[in-house]
Parts: sequence; structure tokens; C-alpha cells
Amino acid sequence: MKRKHLLGLQELSKEEINTILDIARPMRDIIMRDIKKVPTLRGKTVATLFYEPSTRTRSSFELAAKFLSADTLSINVGSSSVQKGESLIDTIRTLEAMGVEIIAVRHQQSGVPKFISLNTKMSVINAGDGFHEHPTQALLDLFTIKQKLDKIEGLKVAIIGDIYHSRVARSNIWGLIKLGAEVTVCGPPSLIPVEIEKFGVKVEINLQRTLEWADVVNVLRIQRERQDAGYLTTLDEYRDWYGLTQEKLEKLKGKKLLILHPGPMNRGVEIDDYVADGPNAVVNEQVTNGVAVRMAVLYLLAGGNESGNVD
Amino acid sequence: MGLKTKAKIMDEDGIRRAIRRIAHEIVEKNNGVENLGLIGIRRRGVPIARRIAEEIKQFEGVEVPVGILDITLYRDDLSSLSHQPVVHQTEINFPVTGKKLVLVDDVLYTGRTVRAALDALMDLGRPMLVQLAVLIDRGHREIPVRADYVGKNVPTSKKEVIHVHLAEIDGDEAVYIMEKEDE
Repeated sequence: MKRKHLLGLQELSKEEINTILDIARPMRDIIMRDIKKVPTLRGKTVATLFYEPSTRTRSSFELAAKFLSADTLSINVGSSSVQKGESLIDTIRTLEAMGVEIIAVRHQQSGVPKFISLNTKMSVINAGDGFHEHPTQALLDLFTIKQKLDKIEGLKVAIIGDIYHSRVARSNIWGLIKLGAEVTVCGPPSLIPVEIEKFGVKVEINLQRTLEWADVVNVLRIQRERQDAGYLTTLDEYRDWYGLTQEKLEKLKGKKLLILHPGPMNRGVEIDDYVADGPNAVVNEQVTNGVAVRMAVLYLLAGGNESGNVD
Repeated sequence: MGLKTKAKIMDEDGIRRAIRRIAHEIVEKNNGVENLGLIGIRRRGVPIARRIAEEIKQFEGVEVPVGILDITLYRDDLSSLSHQPVVHQTEINFPVTGKKLVLVDDVLYTGRTVRAALDALMDLGRPMLVQLAVLIDRGHREIPVRADYVGKNVPTSKKEVIHVHLAEIDGDEAVYIMEKEDE
């Protein structure tokens, strides 16, 4: 993979995605052993710059960097303290001047990682930007599906919930379609973007029908912080219609269904306790795999001499 | 820059005899096969390690475990390559701690691969001892490493390259000296 930045799955080829997934496997072996460290990125510095709150993605990037022996630096920016434009660039210049080589950026505005990538010598990884993309989340979802079901191609995957506000959904759609899966998005009509069919996905508003159809469901978090605009009536009603409950699963009469959730979970809203802790859910594996996939991404982006860093 | 074949230095029989001799030497030097494990370094060390194990099984009647070591993440030249090599899985399905391990590779040259392999092994546990078996030793060491078992010593110049062909990977059995053609 000859690429300096990871900004989204839209720009990656099927081959590049498969390379990342292949390399994540040996990376996962490293996480599983007693000495969780290899010397690969010794002397490199990786920074996380998050303009939105996050626990798991940021810690995941940090651990991934540490397991590869990179030095890590974590910058937390309250979304109010930094405005667009000059100050963002100043922050980037500062990190650059400190010798940081790779930076994982999360920002509430779509396109910020791309903007940074055009204005820095560092490698930029998009750790989630607005409603746009969250590539490493989609990569870990793909990796987990492949790990559990041995393939992606031909699988029927449903993404359930607030598609409109979801960068996880968008990155997943790009990745799944490129790897040959069939994708259906399912959620309240108010939270399904218009013309999403142009991505190559089907739209279904009935959850039970979606569950009957799917091999895999990816349950999105209801982002309470983004529900002020009145897209939903109440969370209880949401649970009745789109929550993954034990009753809805029982109607499937033992059909195999792999259940993913990017976390953090709103238990009792989009997913019930029984389901989240049940045998079909792989939420904790997703977290472990997230570190492995980020190790693979860091490894691939860190490499290469100057001439090799072709974007 | 192309490579042209300068000489064929081993054929199928030669490779088989060298591996058989190495197998005997390993058993002799370790007073048997107790506690022994073979670790093939990806890629061509792996089939050689398997063949050594097969030979030992034939004359000792014991299966010596074979592991696969991928050293990519331990290489010291990653930042000088144009892009990152693919990482493969290390598959060592036995505990290395307390074992007598024989690292197996096709060619010993600078010694840097062996250095990386030793570091990788030590991160998996604490073997009792580690030995090194190679099919070809071509000299030009850059760090203090030597092999305990050598199939063939081949004096080379730095302009030359050794190509080991094994049936499992290349479809044929031979060792060639290749020479870099001048521009």
C-alpha cells in the first residue's frame, strides 16, 4: 500500500482494504501474547488529536502505537476552545515541529482530516470526521466479520439505526460494497439520508424483515447528542421499532445472526442487555480487533522512504 | 538492473543430502531430540525446517515440532524500503520457553535476518538455547552471527545473489548464483 494518509474507505481500493485486513491478523496475534510489543515503529511518534470526546477510539490508537513501540502523545481539545482556520493549522504546525510523524484526528466537521493532510508533512489518519467517515471503525468491523464468518463477499449485512448522522455507516457501506457484500440500511425514515440508494445499498424500514434477511447486523448507537432537531419522538418508541431486543431475535427461530455494535452502547435503546451480552454479539472482539487494525494502519502508513510516500 | 544466472551450485540430490546431513548433525549435537523444536524463518526456511523434521522422523521415529516465524516487524531496514512489506502470521504452536530451538533459513548473508529472528523469538518466551541451521552460507556478515549447521559454504562477491528454489514454493529444486548485470 503506497499511501501517506488514511482519510476514508471511499478512496481505498479493494486490494488496499484486503492488505490492511491481512496484516491485522498477525497484529492481533501480538495483542494475544504475553509480550505485547514489537520494535517496528521504534523512534516514530504518533499523536492523537481529538476535537470530540472519545474513549475507545483514542485509547485504541494509543495502544496500537505503543504495541508497535512508537512514542505517543495525546492532545485533547475541547470543541469550544478551538475554532476553525488559523488555530487548527497552528496546532498542526506545533505537533509537526515537535517531530510527530503520524496523527490521528477526530473532528466534528467533515473534511477536517483531509484539510490537515493538505497542509502538513505528517501522515494523517481520520479517526472520525462529522458525518463523513470513520475508516478504522469500518475496517475493524470488516475484520471482525471476516474473522467470524471467513468471508465478506456475498454476505448480507444490515446497518441499523441513525444512518443520517453516522460516519460509521458511511465508511461501512464503502468497505462492504467494495468487498462484495450486499448492504441494507434500516432505520426510521427521518434518519435515512435521501438518495442513499446511490451508494449501492437497499433501504428497509421494517426491522424484523431486515433481521430475517441478514447474515450480519451492525447496530448503530443512537447519538443522543444529535437528536435535538426532532428526528425521533422518544427513545422508548425507537426501542419498540428499531431496538435489537430478545423478542425480535426469538422470532428468527434460531437463525444465525452476527451482531456488531461500534460502542458505546445505549443499553435498552438500540440494543438490549440480553442481546448485547448474548452469544451472537461480538462487541468485545470488535474492541480487540480495533487495536489490531489500527496497528496494521500505523504500520502501513509509517513505512516508506520519501520517494515511496506517494499519496 | 537484471540478474543473470552464473552457475547452478546445487541440484535436487544435493539439497536433499545437505538437509539430511543437517538433520543428523542436529540430533547428534543435541544428544537426541528431547525438548527440540525447529523454527523456520519465512519463507524458504519453512519448507527446509519441515524437511529436517521429516528426516528426523525417519531415522529417530520422533516428530519434532515445527514453527513458522515471520520477522517482518523486527526488520531494521523498514524505513529504507520504498513501501512496507506484507506482514504474515507467526505460527509457533508450542511453548518456546525451556526448548532447544533450531532456527532454519535458506541463506545466511549479513546476519541481520537472524538478529531479527532472535529478537522475535525472545518476545515469545525464553528458550533454553537457540541454534542456527542454513542451507547456504555465503559470507559477508555485518553482525557477529554464525551458523551451527551449514548445508554448503559458498564464497560470493557482493555483486552476486543466491537464489534457492524449493519445490513447495518455486516448483523446482536448485540453488543458483546469480550476477547483477551492469547498467
